Amino acid sequence: MSAVTFANVSRHFGAVRAVDGVSLEIAEGEFFAMLGPSGSGKTTCLRLIAGFERPTGGDIRIFGEAVADLPPYKRHVNTVFQDYALFPHLNVIDNVAYGLMIAGEGKKARHAAAEAALEMVRLDGYGSRKPSELSGGQRQRVALARALVNKPRALLLDEPLGALDLKLREQMQDELKGLQRQLGITFVFVTHDQGEALSMADRIAVFNEGKIIQVGAPEDIYFRPEVPFVADFVGSSNVLPAALVARLTGQTRPAAIRPERVRLATEGPLRARVTGLSFLGHNTRVSFEAEGTRLTALLPQDAPRPAEGDEVALTWAEDDLHLMRAGT
Amino acid sequence: MAGTSFSQPTTAQSEGVGTRLSDTLWRRPALLLILLLLPPVLWLGIIYLGSLFALLLQSFFSIDHFSGVIRYEFTLATYAELFTPANFDIILRTITMAICATLASATIAFPIAYYAARFAKGRWRAVFYLGIMMPLWSSYLVKIYAWKLILAKEGILTWALEGLRLNWLLDAYLALPVVGGNSLSVSTTGTFIVFVYVWMPFMILPIQAALERVPTSMLEASGDLGARPGQTFRYVLFPLALPGIVAGSIFTFSLTLGDYIIPQIIGTSRLFIGQAVYQHQGIAGNIPLAAAFAVVPIVIMALYLWGAKRMGAFDAL
Repeated sequence: MSAVTFANVSRHFGAVRAVDGVSLEIAEGEFFAMLGPSGSGKTTCLRLIAGFERPTGGDIRIFGEAVADLPPYKRHVNTVFQDYALFPHLNVIDNVAYGLMIAGEGKKARHAAAEAALEMVRLDGYGSRKPSELSGGQRQRVALARALVNKPRALLLDEPLGALDLKLREQMQDELKGLQRQLGITFVFVTHDQGEALSMADRIAVFNEGKIIQVGAPEDIYFRPEVPFVADFVGSSNVLPAALVARLTGQTRPAAIRPERVRLATEGPLRARVTGLSFLGHNTRVSFEAEGTRLTALLPQDAPRPAEGDEVALTWAEDDLHLMRAGT
Repeated sequence: MAGTSFSQPTTAQSEGVGTRLSDTLWRRPALLLILLLLPPVLWLGIIYLGSLFALLLQSFFSIDHFSGVIRYEFTLATYAELFTPANFDIILRTITMAICATLASATIAFPIAYYAARFAKGRWRAVFYLGIMMPLWSSYLVKIYAWKLILAKEGILTWALEGLRLNWLLDAYLALPVVGGNSLSVSTTGTFIVFVYVWMPFMILPIQAALERVPTSMLEASGDLGARPGQTFRYVLFPLALPGIVAGSIFTFSLTLGDYIIPQIIGTSRLFIGQAVYQHQGIAGNIPLAAAFAVVPIVIMALYLWGAKRMGAFDAL
């Protein structure tokens, strides 16, 4: 059975179509990422699953149950909020035990369950502290424990790593993934960070302007973008306009070429001028302007490097040029 | 020459007195602190605390009931006088009124403050603030007399109820003991209504400030964890709003304890603490008893704050 099913779901705020005719299916036990720029409708989709928003149209099912008329407190899903939304007047253990307290569990039982949940996120012994005494990463774990202690059938995560610094974020990515494998429950994860989505998710839905542009495994999204938006947003591929591709290959379709696959040559059909170089450590990013299109290449440090203003030719292996369909 | 544009202006000549003064203050921050703190410390220390101390001192003297002369000897007799039935009755009545007015204010103010904090945006927010603050701009006396017009026997309320054929309801209410009377304007209920009305802004604004600090996600999280709206109110919204409610109730409570105008214009002939203070220091010339009466609200407020702190009202701050 699918964990979550959207059938032609819309959510309009006045004239703004935050979610516009979205259909998707999230399998049970899947780590599903919703990826898109801000304002693309991914968070609204998550809020529709949690029940904080009501759809303007369409049908939402959670484990087969139509939920359009169910308020959040009647849905068997739990949310980790972007700002964590920990209750400042309760200490950590009472925060985690909140859902169990509402469910009518006795104090002893719920504190034991909460302590176990804290142990799972490696915060055992922090129960008596106030949320204000914790670091960002610790608050994030408390929010996770508070949601998981209720044994939800699906866990919704709204940019949960957005407020953490890079190193902590990478560590939490591994932990979240491990936790999901271990618990086997469905994770629905909203992010604007393609790296995060690519590294954690089983499947990714790429959102833009309230619509799903492409759904697929990380490899599909990364190597086989269907439209220029996905190529550009996920992994910053070079997008060649249809006219240029037509001249080079004879097919009038836009195409994507990954920066690390672009090679420099002295002769070739595509002439380009070097407009900038940046040192990235493991390689060098070179920016070009070629027939009005901006392109980038990632050159290994041992490759010969051009200078700014040089005229060069750009080539690539024929297989690396990925043809797409026109559209957003 | 290119070099001239970089030459420094000679400092001593071009600087004014203000610049030199601010430079001095920048170099000696302690001096700035003293200059800033001296006036308020003088005000608080001498004028405010000094007068309070003088008041306290007066309450430990007594009056010679034959000559009406104040005896400047330490005694607790004046305080003992507070516990005579007539005086203690005044204290109890005032405290009961303060509690009722505070509870009613909080109950009415909460939904208004919640709406303002959560939903009022842009222009509506301005309209809301105007609506809340406007009563504070007009004279307190004018407002009270306006209420007299509304509540009087031939007043607006009676007229409106007659139009609705509901005046039997008002008559039945006025027939009740303690809260009733000849008309609302000479009843304890009338005093209560006007107290609630006059102190309302002082309750709404702190509650609103407290609610504005509660992010929507906090309430959503509670619902997400299974709490029905009533439970979310009880376990999340109310505890987080409590510091605001307590702050507001400090205003409504202490203002009711000290007020002597409202019960004089609207209400029965039975006295409140404020009126007792007014009468004893004025006509009767019994300054010690007036001072002892005035100490009562201070003691009650101190107990109230201590109790509120004990109950954890400020934990969410």
